[in-house]
Parts: sequence; C-alpha cells; structure tokens
Amino acid sequence: MIICVAVIEHAFLTDDFSFSVVASHSSIDTPTFYKVTAMWSSQEGSLLLWAFILSIVSTVSLAATRHKLRDLVPWATAVMMGVAVFFTGLMLLGGDVNPFETLAVVPVDGSGLNPLLQHPSMIIHPPMLYTGYVSLTVPFAFAIGALISRRVDAAWIKSTRGFALIAWTFLSIGIILGSRWSYTELGWGGYWAWDPVENASVMPWLITTAYIHSIMVQEKRGMLKVWNVSLIVASFSLALLGTFLVRSGVLQSIHAFGDSTVGPYFLALIGVVVAGSTWLIISRLDILRSERKIDSLASREAVFLINNLLLIALCAIVFWGTFFPLISELLTGTRSTLAAPWFDRYTTPVAVILVLFTGLGPMLSWRRISREGAKRVFKLPLVAAAIALVVLLVFTDAADSFWALLVFTLAPFTITALIQETWRAARARQKATGKSMPSSIWQIATRNRRRYGGYTAHFGLVVLLVGVAASSSFETKRDIELTPGQSATLDQYEVTYVAPTVSRTDQAIVFGAKLQVDRDGQAFATLNPTRQYHQVTDGRPRGIASYFEGEATSEVGLRAGMFTDFWAAVEPETSDIQRRAEIADDRFAAYMREVVQPQIRKDPSLIGPISDQLAEVQNLATGKIISGYAEPGADSMVTIRVIISPMVTWIWIGAVIAILGALFAAWPSGLLRRRKGSSA
Amino acid sequence: MDVQRKRQVRLFVALGAALLLATGLIYTSFNASSEARQPSELTDAVPGKSYEMNGRVVKGSIEKSEDGIRFAVKDRDGSGEALPVTYSGVVPDPFREGREIVLTGTVENGVFVGERDTLVTKCPSKFSEKKNQ
Repeated sequence: MIICVAVIEHAFLTDDFSFSVVASHSSIDTPTFYKVTAMWSSQEGSLLLWAFILSIVSTVSLAATRHKLRDLVPWATAVMMGVAVFFTGLMLLGGDVNPFETLAVVPVDGSGLNPLLQHPSMIIHPPMLYTGYVSLTVPFAFAIGALISRRVDAAWIKSTRGFALIAWTFLSIGIILGSRWSYTELGWGGYWAWDPVENASVMPWLITTAYIHSIMVQEKRGMLKVWNVSLIVASFSLALLGTFLVRSGVLQSIHAFGDSTVGPYFLALIGVVVAGSTWLIISRLDILRSERKIDSLASREAVFLINNLLLIALCAIVFWGTFFPLISELLTGTRSTLAAPWFDRYTTPVAVILVLFTGLGPMLSWRRISREGAKRVFKLPLVAAAIALVVLLVFTDAADSFWALLVFTLAPFTITALIQETWRAARARQKATGKSMPSSIWQIATRNRRRYGGYTAHFGLVVLLVGVAASSSFETKRDIELTPGQSATLDQYEVTYVAPTVSRTDQAIVFGAKLQVDRDGQAFATLNPTRQYHQVTDGRPRGIASYFEGEATSEVGLRAGMFTDFWAAVEPETSDIQRRAEIADDRFAAYMREVVQPQIRKDPSLIGPISDQLAEVQNLATGKIISGYAEPGADSMVTIRVIISPMVTWIWIGAVIAILGALFAAWPSGLLRRRKGSSA
Repeated sequence: MDVQRKRQVRLFVALGAALLLATGLIYTSFNASSEARQPSELTDAVPGKSYEMNGRVVKGSIEKSEDGIRFAVKDRDGSGEALPVTYSGVVPDPFREGREIVLTGTVENGVFVGERDTLVTKCPSKFSEKKNQ
C-alpha cells in the first residue's frame, strides 16, 4: 500500500504524465506543494488514499490489541481486511478508477489541478475526513468480531473507544476546515449550505458523537448493548455512504466527482454491511440483553439516552432531507428537492436542545440524582442563565430571534455547569492534597482525561453553536453595484469603492477592488477582495481571452473580529477587457498566419527564437490590456457582495477548543493510565 | 401504578411523540420541496410554483441587464428549446457559458426567474470539490 502511494506521488512530483491521473490533475507549472496533494483530488487517488489510511489504522489497532481479546481479534482483522480488499479490488477491477492506468499517448503537460482546490485547507481537508471515515472501520470491525465470537461485554469497546474518539476528532477537523474554506475562499459567503456532501460528512459525525456517549453507559452500567453495536454499524455505513455519495452522481451536488462506474460496487458493500450486521445483531439478541434498567429519568444514563435520541433525530432529519430527491421520486414519480431553509427549520430546535444537554450530562450523576444534589448543581447555572436572559433582553435585540435567544440563554447555563463541575472536583482535590488550584485542576484533568476532555469539547461546541446562532440570525447581506468613488451604506457601515486593482500571477490575472470601510464615520478597515481568472490549461495554444474561459476563483476581503466579521467579495465587470483581449487574439492569430508561419516554412531553424519572441509579445500585450481595467476613467463597475455577520469567529474558536478537548481525551498516555486501573 | 406499567406508558408516549414528529417532517417536506425539472420539461410549468431547474447554459447567451444577468438554458445534454432565464445577484465563481447549472425559481411568461442565491454551477472537471451558490 505504501509502495503504491509512493509510486503515484513520485509520478506527480516528477511530472510523469504517462499516468492518466497525473495528466488530468497536475501540470508542470503546478506548485510542488500542490503536486503532492493533487493525488487525492482525483477519484482514483482518493480511493488509494482510503485504502492507504485503512492499512495504517488497522495496523495500529492490531498492534494496540495484540495481547487482548484473543478470540475476537481474528474476526475483527478479517472484517478490516475485507474492507481493504474491497477498496483495492475496486481500484484494480472497478473499471475506470485504477490509479495506475497509463495513457497510450503521453501528453507534454497535464491539465493542472483545479485552481479552486489550490488552497492550504483543501490539502488537509480530504485526508482528515477520510481518516475520520476510515477510523470508524476499527470499532465497526471489533463490534462485528464481538458479535461473532459472542464476547459482547464492554471489552471490545474499551479497546476501540480511542479509535472512535480519533474518528470523531478527524471528522470534526475535516468538516470545520471545509466550512472555513468555503467561508474564506468562495465568493458566496457561507460556511454551511446543506449540500449533500456536507450532509454526508455530518451524518457519521452525529452518529459517532452519539456512540461516544452511549458506550460510556455500556461500560458503566452494562446497558444499551444492542444500541451501541447498531450505532457503530450505522456510523460505518454512513461513512461508506459519504464516500459513495461523492462518487455516484446520484444527487445533485457541486462536490461530485463526475458520474462513475464505482457506484454499484459501493451500494453492494453498504448493502452487505447493513444486512450482515443486522442479521448478526438479531441472531445475538439473547446475549445482548441489558444487565440493568434505567432507574430514573434524572440520571446521567437517561440524559445520555435522550442526547442519543436527539443526535439520531438530527441525523434522521439530515438523512431525509439529503435523500428526499430519491425518496420523492420513488413515492410520487417526480424528483423534488429540499432547500437550506427546510434543514434550518428542523435542525435548529434539536440543536438548541442539545446545547442544554451538553450541560445536563456532566451535572447529573449515574443512576439517580438526589433532590439535594440537584438543588446544589442546578443553582448556579440557572442563575447564570437568568442573568444572561435579562441582560440580553434589556441591552440587545437578541429577542428578535427566538431560537438564537434560547441558545444565548442556555449557553451560560451549560458553561457554568461545566466550570462548576470542574471546580468542585478540583476543590476536593485541593483539600486532599493541599496543592494550588491550577495544579489541582491539571491533576484531576490528567487523571481523567476522558471526562475533562469531554467537558472541554462540550464547552467548545457550545461556543461554536453560539457563533452559529448569532451569525445565522443576525447577519446583513447585500449585493451592491458601485463604480469607483461611489459608496453605499449598510447598517452603521459605509463602504466606499476607492479604486479598481489589477495584478498578475504565473497562472492567472487578478482583478480586484480596493474598498474603504468606515464604521460610524470612523475608519474601520481597508479591504481588497479580488477575483482571479485562471487560464485554460488544456494543452492548446493559449490566447489572452482564454483567461476568461478558465476557472475563476475569489479571494475574499475579510475583517474578522471577536464580535463582527465584515466580509466582502467582488465580481468585476470584465466584458470590456474580454472584448479587447479577443481583438488582440484575432490580430495575433492573423499575424501568425500571414507573417510568422511563412517565415518558419522558409527557415525552420527560426522556430525557437521566434516563439520566444512571440511569447514575450503576448505577455506584454496581456499586461497592457489588463492594465486598462485599472486606468483612471475606465469606470470599471463591480458588484460587491457584503456580509456583516456577528460572532463568526466564535465558530472557529469553538471548533478548535472542541477538537483540542477530543485530542486531550484521546491522548494515548491517558489510555495507558486507564489500563492500570483508574477509569472515568 | 406499578413500575412495569409506568415503563410501558412512558415508551408509548415517547413512540407516539416520535411518530407525530416524523409525520410532520414528512408532510412538510413535500410542501416545502421544489420539483426538479429540466428546461424542456418546464413548458407546462404552473406559474408561481417553485421549480428546481437543472440545465446547461447556452453558449453566447449571457448578457448583463440592469438588475442582474440574462441567459438561456437548454437540457443537460444540450437538446431541446432554449429557455430564457433572469437572475439577479452575484453569480458563483465557476459560472460560465456551456456549464451545467441548478437554479431554483418560478416561470413567469415563459421566462425562468431565478431566486437570488440559489444558483449553483457544476464544475466540468472530473473532480470538483466546490459548493458555490
């Protein structure tokens, strides 16, 4: 596997265009950095990456369990090998997805990597998501192993929960990088669009989140066994579905690889996984019975169960919406689709209740909480929520959005609860050891990484959801058309289009707008959003107008702040420049025909010097034509999309906190320590 | 009430609530959705009804108008009558002539009026991880 990856990467790096995958996704002038990463921008390469990561993850998991679970591990190994065989088989036999496919005619140059994908976060986004998807194979394989070998106690869970956490962490990183990229790189201005492929990544994330919580109930209380194996089967199937969805062309997505022949194979695999696992679970129902029942609704296990149901409800909503085109076609014969507002309407309430539960879970104890205990833990958080509510109602217009107001009220409740729990534990420790508070906190946290990593992740998620609530409910978005010197007013901001800008890179011409933004009459920011026009790279001679036929990408002008993001993207009016480029191209072609070609025919040795000269001339002409865009008096009109949204930064900060929390919980030294006996 | 019975009632209530919510979800999703059609299938469109149109932008048809752009679309495979489209607002980065688009809107007097911010352009290249709206 490693050799395979090495061969393909070597081909990319050395511009070996005899591999068709290299020819269509890289080119000589693609930056080296992107040559490495171009591998996974292709269908073939991404499957190879899947298999590659799987081989690493399974090796690690087998190394980690080499002295344990002897009757279970062989089955788990078989499952992981089976999945690996599927992916390798797919690449070799699946028709058009063999990464080692070679081209009969070797092109001189490749067609280059799509410029939109040439962005740092696009380099790590796919491998992160894939690592997340692939890591789910481990708990899945062990669950199947446990079912087959009838060893359904919590042992397999203990050995693989680290992988579930790692899967969760990588999925989170992948998802958040994708939305960050979309926010800063696309001239659209959102971080989430309920696109089928986004949904495909968030569904396994939701189920994995549920799984991470419910396995604790099995470990502590011996309950929810059927539930846990079902959850892990569901997450793994959804991960496969996600991988499949990108490749199938079944749903309208802008993410999609073109239609391809691998779809049926994937469906077959998902079918086998779901049917096989369901059969296994049913046939083992007798040994999967709960050892106990839930004592009280006011217990941690009950809250975990409800949180699980909410997460699954959320996933079901997303699933229904994502597959609605197929469902409706099946039921009514016409294909109908659901847009973002539908998703928002249903997911918002569930997500808001989840904010409450991120606080409730840590507050309640296992089995049952006493009345006095409840009074003690609820007092402060409730006071915090009440204060927040009053402050919001009196000083802000948060009341305009019911759900946002609810999130802002519940967030302090949850955060106070989390801090209170940590504080109480640290306090007890401090009394016992007499050490300082910070060192006590560090001690309790490192002694129970899973719990305090979890608290940190909860805290991060609440911060993230506050950011989502604020930015989605209170954003101002306008498209304005301006000529140089004009300005427009939005809320308390005034945007002035100072001047057009123009520049060139190796691969693109860049038109932009210099914007001056004032807030309440004070200078606030200078932004320079641009749009880059990439030349078509298909091997034909390139005229100047070809810049307008290739891809265009936006570079957003962003002034990010703790409380407000001022976001601007520009769409320049280029028809004038385009016309001039076409005229120049025509003249150039005529000159080639009438003067250059006859000369070369007379003396073929001139071909080298003349083409160098011509390239130079064309280069100068391009420079001259595009500089016309920024000439005074050109009055280049632009459409500027301005978005003013509050607290977007909180989303990124919250995500980072949550991911750090998960990493802290998953850190191997924690695993080692738990093995010695102390546990959550 | 004994524990067993209480448990049953609780389960029943929970299932009932879930069922009710699911029905609501399913029912509203049919109302909120817009039918997906290609340009040639929009000739008998109901005026004012929202459709999700999936077609290919006709070469040479894009022009700027006072409040946005006008262009024409044909079916994805390039066949059928050209359907005129108007759209206001910023177009996504990869929007070009000859490319496949998805746009939500209504048909008024034979013209497809696109709803702002619903224009999605599909990328012609083999892998196009992008979500421009």
